[in-house]
Amino acid sequence: MPISWFLALRFLREGRMQSVLIVAGVSVGVAVMVFLSALIDGLQTSLVAQTLGTQAHVVVRPPDEVARPLRRPEAGVAVAARVEQTAQRARSIVGWQQVVTALAAMPGVTEVSPVVTGPAVALRGNATRAVVLYGVDPERFGRIYPVRQRMVAGRFDPTSTSCVIGRELAVDLGVAVGDRVRLAAVGGVGDVYLVAGVFDLGNREVNRRWVVVSTRAAQTMLDLVGGVSSVDLRVRDLFAADAVAADVTARTGLVADSWMKTNAQLLVALRSQASSSQMIQFFVILAVAMGIASVLVVSVVQKGKEIGILRAMGTARSTVLRVFLLQGALVGLVGSVLGTALGAGLGAAFAASARNADGSPTFPITVSLALVARSAGVAFLTGVLAAALPARRAARLDPAVAIRNG
Amino acid sequence: MAEPVVLLEGVRKSYGDKVVTEVLKGVDLRVDRGEFAALVGPSGSGKSTLLNLLGLLDRPTSGRLAIAGEETAGLDDAGLTRLRGHAIGFVFQFHHLLPGLSAAENVMMPMIAREGRTAKAMVPRAVALLDRVGLAGRADALPSALSGGQQQRVAIARALALGPPLVLADEPTGNLDTRTADQIFDVLREFNRELGVAFLIVTHDPRLAARCDRTIDLVDGAIVSDRRRTAEGAAPHR
Ligand SMILES: Nc1ncnc2c1ncn2[C@@H]1O[C@H](COP(=O)(O)OP(=O)(O)O)[C@@H](O)[C@H]1O
Ligand SMILES: [Mg+2]
Repeated sequence: MPISWFLALRFLREGRMQSVLIVAGVSVGVAVMVFLSALIDGLQTSLVAQTLGTQAHVVVRPPDEVARPLRRPEAGVAVAARVEQTAQRARSIVGWQQVVTALAAMPGVTEVSPVVTGPAVALRGNATRAVVLYGVDPERFGRIYPVRQRMVAGRFDPTSTSCVIGRELAVDLGVAVGDRVRLAAVGGVGDVYLVAGVFDLGNREVNRRWVVVSTRAAQTMLDLVGGVSSVDLRVRDLFAADAVAADVTARTGLVADSWMKTNAQLLVALRSQASSSQMIQFFVILAVAMGIASVLVVSVVQKGKEIGILRAMGTARSTVLRVFLLQGALVGLVGSVLGTALGAGLGAAFAASARNADGSPTFPITVSLALVARSAGVAFLTGVLAAALPARRAARLDPAVAIRNG
Repeated sequence: MAEPVVLLEGVRKSYGDKVVTEVLKGVDLRVDRGEFAALVGPSGSGKSTLLNLLGLLDRPTSGRLAIAGEETAGLDDAGLTRLRGHAIGFVFQFHHLLPGLSAAENVMMPMIAREGRTAKAMVPRAVALLDRVGLAGRADALPSALSGGQQQRVAIARALALGPPLVLADEPTGNLDTRTADQIFDVLREFNRELGVAFLIVTHDPRLAARCDRTIDLVDGAIVSDRRRTAEGAAPHR
């Protein structure tokens, strides 16, 4: 064993009480760090998942129609004209097949789902509800929204004769799987559809409004035969959705809205949560560092005589330096191992206690390997840095003075 | 080897920047291999200061200092540490053992310091040295479990761990009772006779000084007398 290890271990063993206390202190600090990070990560993950359960990461649609004057005003000529803006109509993305192929080929994009969507009404008996009609390819739609996993009755099987609706709408209309409803464009006659399934996407508004049918059925009903009104995208990196949207606009000239733009407030909340968590972690690390440093400073003062003896017996200054750095590093390391275990345990206990009525965790608390590695690394580095000052002091001790004062 | 283990010429040492106190006022001293010498003198005369200089724990203000034939003036800190490591063993008034280390580990400490690491082979050597100072079987004891005399024996074994040509002892029996002091003195004498290690022992006890081959008298920072006995005085007794 190298001399610095030998001495560091013996010193730690000798000051057993101090060592135990400071390791405990570091452990608690690291546990707080790990638990807090896991908690906030879990909270954010579940918030984002909840939001994105009913939203595509990016929605691509045709640009808004803008009325332009037929005559451009020439220099020196005043034109008395008022440009009346039109109401927006349901329009198709021009050449949408090529657009879909191009979008699917983009590096950040993982799933692409063309959608035909527009306002409609659902009727049964004397109940009438305004709804949003979605004509989709079930396969592709299912890869963007977790609707298959969220069926509460029947199957997710929208066709030309059957539809899938949300739970609230089913209650409003008083229908169940196997019943029929009439779906029509606003002012149109429409058709009767079989209710093939009922979903619960965890959002009342969505459950009350969404009616999913096949692409063809929606095209017919909304007078968009052969076209699609928008394309939903799923991207690889959630928080790069902004960049992907900008890229889509640059490539296709279409309007692309990312979830980050539509949920700006949520994003601000997530960011401020993240920064307050970082702040707390910073102060915890500071407290840990000061704890380690103060214990080692005291130890250097107490061990002044012993350090002098070691030096008198031919121990190099650099060795003395390393002995104290190692003590800090070991305390940091052991503390971080215990601390991450404690933090993970706390997280598991918390997840177990905070459950929904159906027994599923309110939100997932996952202590990732990366988090553990990062906390351990930070604690280790903190230990070394905190030990640096006392270690330098120890190495500078004059052996003669140390012995004389003994 | 003809070169002396200690060679001092005109060594001076003063302390302080504003109020300068000169503690050593020009000391000339030569100690040869195998000598067994006492350094005596009133308290505050500079004995410990002189020993610190010889032990390379401190540097003279001026004058020449050579240890085991090596001039120390040109050595840097690392050079002093190296020379101290292989040429000098220390025994202090207060044993100065490391409280966190066992007796054997304390004895091994100079070996560990020299090699830069612990090694299995060091243990039997440490145990053998502990045997020689009469501590067979106490190798694993912590210093706190040993009596004052036993602790000082461990310190002596430690001073001899690397077989240095010179051992410096600052009042090694200063806080021991007479009987224990005699025993400790015997141990030092044995090492001197059997291994030819030179000893320079600071003592206030005229009885013990009388048992040395040579008595160096330091008064007020200067050597006032340096007497050699031609024949050994009282035989070691127990
Ligand atoms: N580091 C120092 N700074 C100032 N004065 C010192 C220092 N070390 C020793 N002295 C002084 O030098 C004198 C001799 O001390 P010392 O060598 O310990 O004497 P002894 O060991 O013979 O009793 C004393 O007056 C002491 O106060
Ligand atoms: Mg003294």
